[in-house]
Amino acid sequence: MVGLTVVAAVLATLPLLFILGLLIQKGASSLTWDFFTAMPKPVGETGGGMANAMMGTVMLIAIASAIGLPVGIGAGLYLAEHRGTKLAFMVRFLSDVLNGLPSIVVGIFAWQFLVRPVRHFSALAGGIALAAMMIPLVTRATEEMIHLVPSSLREAALALGYPRWRTSLTIVLRTALPGIVTGALVAVARIAGETAPLLFTAFGNQFWSTSVNEPISALPIQIFSYAISPYDEWHSLAWAGALVLLALVLVISLVARFATRSRFGRGHD
Amino acid sequence: MPSTQLHGASVGDRVYRLTTTVFALTIPLLLVLLAIEVAVAAWPALKAFHFTFLTSSRWDAVEGVFGAAPAIYGTVVSSVLALVIATPLAIGVAIFLSEFAPPWLRQPVAFLVDLLAAIPSVVYGLWGIFVLVPALREYVMPFLADRLHLGNTPFFSGPAYGPSMLAASLILAIMVLPYISSVTREVLMAVPRAQREAALALGATRWEMIWGAVLPFASSGIVGGVLLGLGRALGETMAVTMVIGNRHEISSSLFSPGYTMASLIANEFSEATNDLHLSALMAVGAVLLLVTILVNIAARWLVWRVQRQAKS
Repeated sequence: MVGLTVVAAVLATLPLLFILGLLIQKGASSLTWDFFTAMPKPVGETGGGMANAMMGTVMLIAIASAIGLPVGIGAGLYLAEHRGTKLAFMVRFLSDVLNGLPSIVVGIFAWQFLVRPVRHFSALAGGIALAAMMIPLVTRATEEMIHLVPSSLREAALALGYPRWRTSLTIVLRTALPGIVTGALVAVARIAGETAPLLFTAFGNQFWSTSVNEPISALPIQIFSYAISPYDEWHSLAWAGALVLLALVLVISLVARFATRSRFGRGHD
Repeated sequence: MPSTQLHGASVGDRVYRLTTTVFALTIPLLLVLLAIEVAVAAWPALKAFHFTFLTSSRWDAVEGVFGAAPAIYGTVVSSVLALVIATPLAIGVAIFLSEFAPPWLRQPVAFLVDLLAAIPSVVYGLWGIFVLVPALREYVMPFLADRLHLGNTPFFSGPAYGPSMLAASLILAIMVLPYISSVTREVLMAVPRAQREAALALGATRWEMIWGAVLPFASSGIVGGVLLGLGRALGETMAVTMVIGNRHEISSSLFSPGYTMASLIANEFSEATNDLHLSALMAVGAVLLLVTILVNIAARWLVWRVQRQAKS
């Protein structure tokens, strides 16, 4: 019987290693300097890269973080400081609901609300859709980290004459900051890989764009459109893009993991 | 920290409290706004087709007739099948990690399993298109149909085309495994030691203790974890879109292509020809939203119940 559980454990850990190995095998050869700096080329021409897609991912993460981080941290502060109240319970519950929503539904909402009225796709719409997915994660991480700060710290500051707002922001928040940064990184790792919310908001773009008001490409969108295309050159670029994306997500996740572990010393499984 | 009345609070305190409250209220507001916008956009289609939207299989963009039954069917079948495959594995992994694994092995294995959740959906889809589907087409499907003679049953009939409900279910199973496993691990660890020790004191073997004392105690939490995985599977878009074959048809065979609600929206949205088509897609989104919210609420409640039980 123990053997069965061991088999289950082996079967569960295999896919990750297998996919990682496959991506390296198929994608590493296309990871040239060109890949990171060139624009997509038309079919039939060799070379070409995903520079615009990578820039797009960076921009979308920046927009999403600019909205998602303040809102998430603010909401987390509220939840931590008003723990027992009914409003806090409702907000926490609804935050979990928001977290579990399919990303495509967030995408069609963003389309209906941000794209349809102005009749054009934009990086801003994509960034806001991603922010909506980021907020619950950051809120929860912030709330938990702030709750971990011992109340004696807060009380000492108050005893020394600090106003409450200053205690919360400069003492408590600063103490919890590493954990909050970790939570933010986990949220970034999650939205970096999202495609569905971007399909009808950022839409994708063949060309280099840094404008907030125009459609923009992103790594997941580019991988998707190359993967379903019938061209071999584009397939190998898709593998390379997937390798870059997975590496990005894994590195961020690893950094986040190790940061919390060393800080608090408790086992995260 | 209990909230207290701020009599004579400074301006700074008031501003701070107002700001955090506003930010906290953004979350319910966002959800309400989302629900309203989707409902408003879905209304024309729902008004035009009433209940047949959920029951009709006819999805004809040219004629302007839309029935989402194949998509609903596909979502349910692929998700349930994914759970059937993933749950035993996930529970097995969780039991291994919480009961049998040596401490030095626990962290790395748990980490590797949890990382499965971090892999972007489109990467799973890429693997699905170029590895899973050809493998199914060349080896697994002929094996099931001919060698095991399951081809005579309606569930494995039809040509081994490749993109299929089976492919979608397999990918979904891998994607929901980490969620079920993580929650199961948590609830297993929440089972009080007294429960375990009582079983052992009564003469149970290690396995009998797990099966008879630990698992039943954690059962509602495990069901909660499974429901959480279900919620994920229902909404999964990209990987499914890339391997399910995109066909508006209800078929009993797992070899045949199909559709799920999420992949339907992803596929047809950018090419929707008219407002009614768009509204029909939004209506599919509304149905998906409703189902996912209900499943998630049920899941969270079950997990919360087990954790409360364990504390008392």
